[in-house]
Amino acid sequence: MNSLATLLHERSVIVCVGAGGVGKTTTAAALALEAANRGRRVCVVTIDPARRLSDAMGLGADAPLGNEPQRVDVAINGELWAVMLDTSTTFDALIRTYALSDEQANTILTNDFFRNIADSMSGAHEYMAMEKLYELHNDDRFDLVIVDTPPTSNAIDFLEAPDRVTDFLDHRLYKVLVAPTGSFARVVNFAAQSFLRVVARIVSASVVDDAIEFFATFDGMEEGFRGRAVAVHNLLIADTTSFVLVTVPRNDTIDDATVFVEKLAEANINVEALVVNRVHPHFGTNELSGLAQGPLAPFVTVLNESQRVAAGEQNVLETLTRTLTNGAVVNVPFLDTDVHDLEGLGRLSRWLTPT
Amino acid sequence: MDPARLFAASRVLIVAGKGGVGKSTMSAALARTAARAGISTLLIRLTPGGPISRLFAQPELTTLEQTLHPGGGPGGDADVRGRLVTPDKALAEYLADHGLARITRRLASTGAIDVVTTAAPGIRDLLVLGRVKAMETLKAADLIVLDAPAAGHAVSFLQSPTGLRDAVGAGPIATQADDVLAMLADPERCRVMLVTLAEETPVNEVIETAFALEDEIGIALGPLIVNGLVDVPEGLDGDLDALLAENAPKLSAHDVAALRDAAAFRMRWASRQREQVARLSDSLPLAQLTTPQLFTSAPGPRELETLADSLTSEINKLTEDDA
Repeated sequence: MNSLATLLHERSVIVCVGAGGVGKTTTAAALALEAANRGRRVCVVTIDPARRLSDAMGLGADAPLGNEPQRVDVAINGELWAVMLDTSTTFDALIRTYALSDEQANTILTNDFFRNIADSMSGAHEYMAMEKLYELHNDDRFDLVIVDTPPTSNAIDFLEAPDRVTDFLDHRLYKVLVAPTGSFARVVNFAAQSFLRVVARIVSASVVDDAIEFFATFDGMEEGFRGRAVAVHNLLIADTTSFVLVTVPRNDTIDDATVFVEKLAEANINVEALVVNRVHPHFGTNELSGLAQGPLAPFVTVLNESQRVAAGEQNVLETLTRTLTNGAVVNVPFLDTDVHDLEGLGRLSRWLTPT
Repeated sequence: MDPARLFAASRVLIVAGKGGVGKSTMSAALARTAARAGISTLLIRLTPGGPISRLFAQPELTTLEQTLHPGGGPGGDADVRGRLVTPDKALAEYLADHGLARITRRLASTGAIDVVTTAAPGIRDLLVLGRVKAMETLKAADLIVLDAPAAGHAVSFLQSPTGLRDAVGAGPIATQADDVLAMLADPERCRVMLVTLAEETPVNEVIETAFALEDEIGIALGPLIVNGLVDVPEGLDGDLDALLAENAPKLSAHDVAALRDAAAFRMRWASRQREQVARLSDSLPLAQLTTPQLFTSAPGPRELETLADSLTSEINKLTEDDA
């Protein structure tokens, strides 16, 4: 079993996963700071950080470049860089990489249907987070990339999203729509045409025209996209990549986390560390019920409440740690989790990698 | 204010808040509080899972309506019922209603659905809101409580009709969008209740969300729920050493440390919460309903009743102006 500190030393990619509202972004940033402190050149990809934290990391509103890594101004042994994921810009860059000509790229980038894909298609966020991760992994400036993931209801969305979006872009249906040749294609094409007629009736004809223009223009780029999606997938399942699951000790969140671990296992991915945020501290082990009535009552009540919640959390956590057969478990106490500056991140990183 | 009046003020209550602040738990508690005041309630969730089934000790919600808490009893409670309305199902049903069922099956169904949702982003959200509106119009219950997506998403969720209205021109989607917009803009039909914790990041986010909802969507906001407040029992600031010397001179050093540390932790926690509550009061002109920290990681029916108790007493403290 590896400690988080070992992972920070040895891995080249760390993916932080978990439900929304469990402190994933902050955990990713604290891990990055700690790895940088240990001498590595780290880039952290954050997704929608709280404003004070992004300001603290130099990613605030007046940051010079939106989607490019910024060096964080902090005195450490290694280097800390941070980037705030911009789904739309990342997708645009990918189109430019694989377009066969500038003209093809420009037509796609100004197409409304493509803008919808890049801004809001389901899976686009997950896909671009992984794409950014791949891009930074291959950037010589960094030897460790830590990525925060969008809050997803489905654990393996970010594994499947690249394939799913690529499949969509390269869908047979739309190919025959734009290039009807051969008798089979004509049959499908007829069905497709009537489908599009109904779609046009529902969402208007100009929207459908945009879609057809997009698929017609995208022709020829699918191979590049597909190859890239495979490379991203291979990076995620590589031995040099670790998954860190972030959660809080509440039963419904723990249920989600347990499903997460199982789904990842089905995809041959082991969660190598579990970070439990917002853990209520333990105070003592003895119940002092005999003193519950006297002048000490307020103290005893507060202690009993603390012990009750700590024991309950312990109980809930055990169901998850049983699922996690071979991972490090780190508890971060409550009140130290709400972090919005570098000093706070430092405090958090000491909890994550205790000496 | 009588809770019955607050819950009768609009027929749909959309409960929104950042992930992890107890939004679903509060949706359940609000539904139960309304039902206790004699108002029959339908609780709607958009995704499976979450704490609701445990809070009512009932099976998981499905797209079929089920009773979560039957009415009756000495207090004359009304029913709480619940169901899922999933975006994907709402879209599939909508397409089927518009003559696309056969074609959708004949083409690879995922591709067809994806092209529609990509061509008209937000259509799933709009269709969910359309379903809620239909239930509201049919008076499926006196009150519909909608457990909305997490805060940032709540804004885009509620913006979906405006966005689509601009994108699609005329047609059935535009009509649907107009109907939903009419509901969202009418405070007698629909309000949002925001939920937050008294911690810095959730407070920042709820302030942003409140302004976005009012300015960008024009939806009426009900009182704000500040969840998970801890109390400081009277006497906790007393001199522990003196009290111990007098009342429990034989307590072990271990136990003394536990008492002292737990008390110090509680004071620090409560004082941080007070700062954040004050910041909320300064920043948002909304009445606040506070609910207590439950000191459990597995809340069930007992905790649900505790929350309904405190919501009831908090609502009783409101004046007409607050609501």
